[in-house]
Amino acid sequence: MTRKDLITHLGLIAVLFALHFLLPTYHHGIFARVMVLAVYAIGYNIAFGYTGLLSLGHAMFFGAGMYGMGLAAYHFAIPALPAWLIGVGCAALLSLVVGLLALRTQDVSFMIVTLMFAQAAYLIILYFSEFTRGDDGFVVPSDMRAIGPWDLSDESTRYIVALILFSGALMISLWLVRQPFGRVLVALRENEERARLLGYDTGRRKLASLVISGTISGAAGAAYAGLFGYVGASFAGVQYSIFALLWVLLGGAGTVLGPFIGTLFMFYLIDLATEVTEAYMLIAGVALVLLTLFAPQGIVGEIRRRLWKDLP
Amino acid sequence: MDFGPYLMLAMLEGAVLAAVLALMASGLSLVFGVMRVVNVAHGEFYMLGAVMAWVVTQFMAGLGGGAAVNFIAAAVLAPLIVGTIAAAADITILKRLDYDPERVIVATIGVLYIIQQASLMGYGPDAKPVIAPFNSRIALPWFEFGEEGFQIYFPWGLSTTSYKLFVIVAAVVLLFALRLFMTRSRAGLIMRATQLDGEMATAFGIPVERVYAIVFGAGAALAALAGVLIVPIQQAHYLMGGDALLLSFIVVIIGGLGSLAGTVVAAVIIGMSDGIISVFFTPTLAKIIATLAVALVLVFRPQGLFGVKSR
Repeated sequence: MTRKDLITHLGLIAVLFALHFLLPTYHHGIFARVMVLAVYAIGYNIAFGYTGLLSLGHAMFFGAGMYGMGLAAYHFAIPALPAWLIGVGCAALLSLVVGLLALRTQDVSFMIVTLMFAQAAYLIILYFSEFTRGDDGFVVPSDMRAIGPWDLSDESTRYIVALILFSGALMISLWLVRQPFGRVLVALRENEERARLLGYDTGRRKLASLVISGTISGAAGAAYAGLFGYVGASFAGVQYSIFALLWVLLGGAGTVLGPFIGTLFMFYLIDLATEVTEAYMLIAGVALVLLTLFAPQGIVGEIRRRLWKDLP
Repeated sequence: MDFGPYLMLAMLEGAVLAAVLALMASGLSLVFGVMRVVNVAHGEFYMLGAVMAWVVTQFMAGLGGGAAVNFIAAAVLAPLIVGTIAAAADITILKRLDYDPERVIVATIGVLYIIQQASLMGYGPDAKPVIAPFNSRIALPWFEFGEEGFQIYFPWGLSTTSYKLFVIVAAVVLLFALRLFMTRSRAGLIMRATQLDGEMATAFGIPVERVYAIVFGAGAALAALAGVLIVPIQQAHYLMGGDALLLSFIVVIIGGLGSLAGTVVAAVIIGMSDGIISVFFTPTLAKIIATLAVALVLVFRPQGLFGVKSR
């Protein structure tokens, strides 16, 4: 990790901390949400952006975290922090199982298998609606939404907790891709055959990448349940898998800052679109097509290509 | 109703689903077979076919046509319109991506949302019906070995409609026509040549890009035709593509990616078992079992249950 890397990324965190005091209430709330969702995108980016695993099922990891945390708090009255850890553990376990099975396939099959597993997970949530409240979802009890003396439903605390989580995920992701391990993941993405010829155990590394990716995504889901207090099946639906793909593509797949930039832009775009029409997902569709056609590198990827060659 | 007649009813419903599914999935399979890309927007072409059927029949009814004439017009026009849209999407988007499998998936997800949301804006969020050209109720006989020996009777509730039988027959005829087209016609020969080796086909002067556009359009038209056939039974709705897409994925995977005959066999299996399983289990549980089973088939037998291992 060079000093330049550190300054850029710590700089973003400092800016976000400053914005805590500057943003008007409405945007303050949106930024807190975007930071948590950006953690989800950071998780997705490790699998898709750095390792080249095109998964269409990451919503199941986000959902595993969310339901792990939410159900623990709702049914067993477990307080926020241990419940969050339970959520993260659920996501880690699920990504390990899914990884062991799905990574036997490649490319298009991998995408379909992850899509199918995620669909099954979504249907399982609906099927056990007695516990999960199915489509309606449930509200996490407010006395469980506190860490020690800090009340997570308070907007100011929520922003700070979201910022801590986001900073953690961002720095982990930066550290990871500057490690030898991260370099091997990129090698896998660029040419798996060659990486194997160089003597790397590609299967184990892909599995590790998917578990790290799924766990970070799950951490975001569990935090979302704790911070915003709502757990619902729609967060585990296929649309949320596609959101992660969209955010990462827009920001720049395989860049550390990309997921945050992409999530921020897309969140505001969709927020604007919902005011105009109920068909707001049209924006997502158009963005996906335009991005694949004209800017497969995304925003940060273009910056890296044109201005700053060694941006992580 | 006794168990026997009940099962028969479930199988009939399953056969209708199988017929529609076979048409739709063979479109997906055709595109994958020839172009080696997965079209995630396939379900939306199915939906668009159903919606177009509604639009065309509304328009024709305004001109004062009868139900049968309107329906025939829809069955001809809707696939044509949808096929043209798909071919245009191929030329403007897929061709520029050089048919790179992963980028095509992402782009067709985009196309999926564009079509779906455009339909929401233009057609509205409500499900709308199309009147079947004919829809007489047909009571079905059931037999029993009772105390008085073999007898045939008509149990109450065991019936189908002439339209449902027509859907099954139409699908069979269309699939035979498709098979004949692919194996006997010159155009089919060109498609198969492109499938086997695109570069060699180019060397022999086959306009591969035009073939791709036509195949992509034809695949979408097949989905649209399936949509037209189902819409008198199940109303047209802008979200109907999602489930249909998943089911055709399942069928194409079980049948072996790109194999037309396998696709048809798999459609019959999936359609029938869906009809029968939902008699015994709730639909959600049936779907969970089906999706998990298919994911595991892909993991452990990627060539499909009926496919042969690729070279």
